[in-house]
Amino acid sequence: MSNKVIHAFYNDDEVVLDAVKKVKAANHHIEEVFCPFPVHGLDKAMGLAPTRLAITAFIYGITGLGVAIWMTNYMMIQDWPQDIGGKTNFSWWLNMPAFVPIMFELTIFFAAHLMVITFYMRSRIWPFKEAENPDPRTTDDHFLMEIPVHNNEDELTSLLKETGAVEINVVEKH
Amino acid sequence: MSHYEAPIREPLVLGDKSYHDITEDIAKPIEGKANKNWYIAFYISLAAMLWGFGCIFYTVGTGIGVWGLNKNIGWAWDITNFVWWVGIGHAGTLISAVLLLFRQKWRMAINRSAEAMTIFAVFQAGLFPIIHMGRPWNGYWVLPLPNQFGSLWVNFNSPLLWDVFAISTYLSVSLVFWWTGLLPDFAMIRDRAVKPFQKKIYALLSFGWSGRAKDWQRFEEVSLVLAGLATPLVLSVHTIVSMDFATSINPGWHSTIFPPYFVAGAIFSGFAMVQTLLGIMRKVTNLENYITRLHVEYMNIVIILTGGIVAVAYASEFFIAWYTGSPYENYTYMSVGAATGPYAWAFWSLIIFNIIIPQALWFKKVRRSFIWSFIISIAINIGMWFERFDIIAIVLSKGHLPSTWWRFEPTFIDVGIFIGTIGFFFVLFLLYARTFPVIAQAEVKTILKSSGENYKKLRDGNHE
Repeated sequence: MSNKVIHAFYNDDEVVLDAVKKVKAANHHIEEVFCPFPVHGLDKAMGLAPTRLAITAFIYGITGLGVAIWMTNYMMIQDWPQDIGGKTNFSWWLNMPAFVPIMFELTIFFAAHLMVITFYMRSRIWPFKEAENPDPRTTDDHFLMEIPVHNNEDELTSLLKETGAVEINVVEKH
Repeated sequence: MSHYEAPIREPLVLGDKSYHDITEDIAKPIEGKANKNWYIAFYISLAAMLWGFGCIFYTVGTGIGVWGLNKNIGWAWDITNFVWWVGIGHAGTLISAVLLLFRQKWRMAINRSAEAMTIFAVFQAGLFPIIHMGRPWNGYWVLPLPNQFGSLWVNFNSPLLWDVFAISTYLSVSLVFWWTGLLPDFAMIRDRAVKPFQKKIYALLSFGWSGRAKDWQRFEEVSLVLAGLATPLVLSVHTIVSMDFATSINPGWHSTIFPPYFVAGAIFSGFAMVQTLLGIMRKVTNLENYITRLHVEYMNIVIILTGGIVAVAYASEFFIAWYTGSPYENYTYMSVGAATGPYAWAFWSLIIFNIIIPQALWFKKVRRSFIWSFIISIAINIGMWFERFDIIAIVLSKGHLPSTWWRFEPTFIDVGIFIGTIGFFFVLFLLYARTFPVIAQAEVKTILKSSGENYKKLRDGNHE
């Protein structure tokens, strides 16, 4: 099976957005679009599902809050209660107002860091990872649309030309 | 139409710029050679930093006795510096998080450097509590770790421990927020680098960012959620710093107004430092088209607002101190006693630098002047340092009994460590300005069509 793909270059965000819509309307599968900056509405036009990272952040935040509650209760009430300025040391609930800052900070700490780690894992970015954008211009001022070819090279090329592509290359993808 | 912006709004990117021009402009300071001024500034900062490190080693080797502290004034210069540096950090997060939530486009030219400033400032702040421990190698005792000291846990009732959690959360969250935003910009530098070593370094720093549509979708979501998390976080940090004082029973410190007033003061001083840094940087790195008069004016408006909040807080503290009729309150940092006593010079420095001089910003001419903004920002930096010094040293210098009336006099070690942190801060910032993309170029490209001068002219017709 051939792994031929078409790389169509665009140099304007509005043009690439319209092009994606037209290619989609002609029932072609868009493998990927590489952009130098976020294009508003591109994910919807490509039919990408909404990201669920915000939901994970909420779950991580709840986890952080739970850890803070467990930690303050275990350390201050269960394991080694101390008399500190006469504050309640036999009930977590009565001592709770003093723990609010800790609960708040750990909620934020867990939500922020675990969400970012999830993002890095899902998008496969980490130190020493090789970049996968096929052309260096895609981080400067060019947008690159990648479409797999199934014996319809000429049809695709003419369609992409129509949509305003500034350069079209057919390449073998490894 | 998707890039429409009302013609009445001034452009944020000046000149006839294309996407590629932005890339070129931002990459230039990194790819070019540093000029003489950079080297002069760098070596002065480095010398200050090394002097400060010498003072730190002397303090740690000999003991805290080398500072000007005494039996009454148990912390003064060091905690002043700590609060000053933490406060400076606040502007960076405010610009990158709060202004993101408010969809302020002007933040994009300055958020990168403001956040760098935050991170470097919090580094400096963190040094002081660690040095003040006297035995910094025991610094890990502030962490809730299982140990062999009779299960001695940290004290979660203490505001000092809240501070440990607040500052470390703040520093680490700011760092990942900053770095995540840097990934596409590092990738831009990586993809145009010619020298193999440079390419390797930026490939490593960019984490292999490729800019897929899905990556950008996640990137924007993560930025938004991080901004939502960082906004209450930044407000909490100086709130908790103020609780170091406000939860004590010392008159002058035991004040419920402290948390909001400290937060306003932090933003006030932080924006002043951003003005100071960007006033220099826009010139040195030739980014005058991106950091414009309009950016300076917007920042000055934030300064006059937060400065106003701080002034009202001073006034209410002064009034309450007088209104209580308590002779003790007459020696707190905002009182007739402070204004006429042995620390009158510190009191009046605060009033002049922090309240009187910034009022000049009510005039549009001053607000839009680079040189005046720079001078006023320096005044505020000094004024905010005195605010913290007054709160700490003046309040502690007059106890309830005459035998507790002591003065604080700094030694050259106190001063040396402070100068050292300023040097360290500028060393980091100067290195950053040479190696990092100092403007979030991917974000600026998204607003070029709506807020770029050339596009605005095309769209609105030439009205001039």
